[in-house]
Amino acid sequence: MSDIVNGIVQAVDLIVTFNPEVMQIAALSLYISLSATIIAALIAIPAGALIHFNDFFGKRAVIIVIQTLYSVPTVVVGLILYLLISRSGPLGVLGLLFTPQGMILGQTILIIPIMIGLVISALSGIDRGISDTLLSLGATQFQKIIEIVREARFAILSAVVIGFGRAIAEVGVAMMIGGNIRDHTRVLTTAITLETGMGKFPLSIALGIILLIIALIVVVVLNLITSALSADMQQIAGRGPNG
Amino acid sequence: MIRIEHLTRAFGIKEVLRDITLDIRKGEIFTLIGPSGSGKSTLIRLIDLLDSPSSGKIFFDGADTAGPEKDRLAIRRRMSMVFQKPAVLNTTVAENVAFGLKFRGVPAKEAEEKVRFALNLVGLADLYGRKAVTLSGGEMQRVALARAMVTEPEVLLLDEPTANLDPVSSEMIEDLIVRINKRFGTTMVMSTHDMVQGQRLADRIGVIMDGRLAQVGSSSEIFYQPKGRQIARFVGIDAITGGRVIENKGGHALIRVGETCFEALTPIPGGKRVSLCIRPEDVTLTPSDSVSEKTSMRNRIVGRIKKIVPSGPFVRVTVDCGFPLIALITRRSCTDLGLSPGSMVIAGVKATAIHVLPDDGVA
Repeated sequence: MSDIVNGIVQAVDLIVTFNPEVMQIAALSLYISLSATIIAALIAIPAGALIHFNDFFGKRAVIIVIQTLYSVPTVVVGLILYLLISRSGPLGVLGLLFTPQGMILGQTILIIPIMIGLVISALSGIDRGISDTLLSLGATQFQKIIEIVREARFAILSAVVIGFGRAIAEVGVAMMIGGNIRDHTRVLTTAITLETGMGKFPLSIALGIILLIIALIVVVVLNLITSALSADMQQIAGRGPNG
Repeated sequence: MIRIEHLTRAFGIKEVLRDITLDIRKGEIFTLIGPSGSGKSTLIRLIDLLDSPSSGKIFFDGADTAGPEKDRLAIRRRMSMVFQKPAVLNTTVAENVAFGLKFRGVPAKEAEEKVRFALNLVGLADLYGRKAVTLSGGEMQRVALARAMVTEPEVLLLDEPTANLDPVSSEMIEDLIVRINKRFGTTMVMSTHDMVQGQRLADRIGVIMDGRLAQVGSSSEIFYQPKGRQIARFVGIDAITGGRVIENKGGHALIRVGETCFEALTPIPGGKRVSLCIRPEDVTLTPSDSVSEKTSMRNRIVGRIKKIVPSGPFVRVTVDCGFPLIALITRRSCTDLGLSPGSMVIAGVKATAIHVLPDDGVA
């Protein structure tokens, strides 16, 4: 019990004094997971729209595969990527192993399926009548898609937030691809694992609290961005082809 | 304005529309009536080019609509549609109305004026900045109407626009439809399963039964001279079956049904099997013990009242004359005449009020 109380007291101290090591780890975590989230969102939103708005043979199967990949273990993604980017692997020349860039790639791969899947269900949640209404009002296919994505903006935001949550909270890829190298690839989760193993609970608790604070800040900021974004997209739709 | 030729639409093996040929004239209100699931919505979606026919053609203002998507879009932009369930997007009323203008690249300032004009037209000017999702069903449908009219369409399509609304809102929408048609000369095609509404609004009516266009004509043609028993039933007539023309003198026929003889006007010659369509409101009832007064009624049939069912301010009285004959009379006259189940009455029908249908396999 005293460990926990002690830990929390020291954790607060580490945070309020902006302990350089703690801050460096937190910043790197944020940089890697946020980069992965942005890249994944840029791929997942168009990909989800592409799957949702087109009818093709095997669509159902594709969606089932995507949903299965929601639960792919982080260490499996780590293992496969490790084999691909290690020196002797097919992508070894890129030199991504044990780099933050490698970790970004790994987390992007990890969260793309859940983002695509949730984007598809966000778009499916929009009433079919909306699509017909937009077309009957003279929308081109492109204008229609923009408006439907805009209509689904809050559900799509949730998809992005959930993706970010999975990225910042995972250990497997960070450990196997990053290697937990101090000042280079050490992130919050790998640091917590290490410090806890060494019995340094206060640092672990401090890092855990920071992880939650980061999550809070990111969610708030993404919410603000969505509101602004909906105004922008309206202009894009107005300027669409044939528009 | 719109010409449809031999149009068929199948989903899988199910043919929802079969061999529809129809002309919709410029400036008219044309209603499509028919039971739910008869294919009305499918036809309206096809006219709006939201769907493509399996076979057959649709011409808009003389132009074949089966062109590339670019041409179809140009034609679609000359029409607008109001759906049964108004779908509003989660934004302000003004933005909802502005969509059609935005898609056409109308400058913001001009668009704002048009939006205000359209909202004024439907009487919702003060809801300009409101969130559209907070509106009532009737208000949403009026927004949908403003949204459809803001682009000044040549053709307005309405798919059961009042089916989900309360009577007051329905009346308001009906009123707007007629006013818009008069004021702007917009050609209107409206579907409804409410035959009375169809009758009230339409210049011409098309009856769709089971995917086929069963009859096209003015409302009096549809309501008084239905072309088949199924249509008769839909427009509120339970046809009397099993009749046979005994003789026909220059269009004045004597028709026997069971023990009873009717006089009616029809060109159908003697010997043919027929059904009789009598609108319930054309049947008068008098108690059988009353003194026979002078009347122009040629057909007076004695029967026993089987049941009396209230229907708003009216009652539907089913009289057993060997076959069921239905009369629609006011509640007051029902009470005044002292009618009750089991009592004997004389039912009167004018010869001119009987519409005779040949029994030639047409259901």
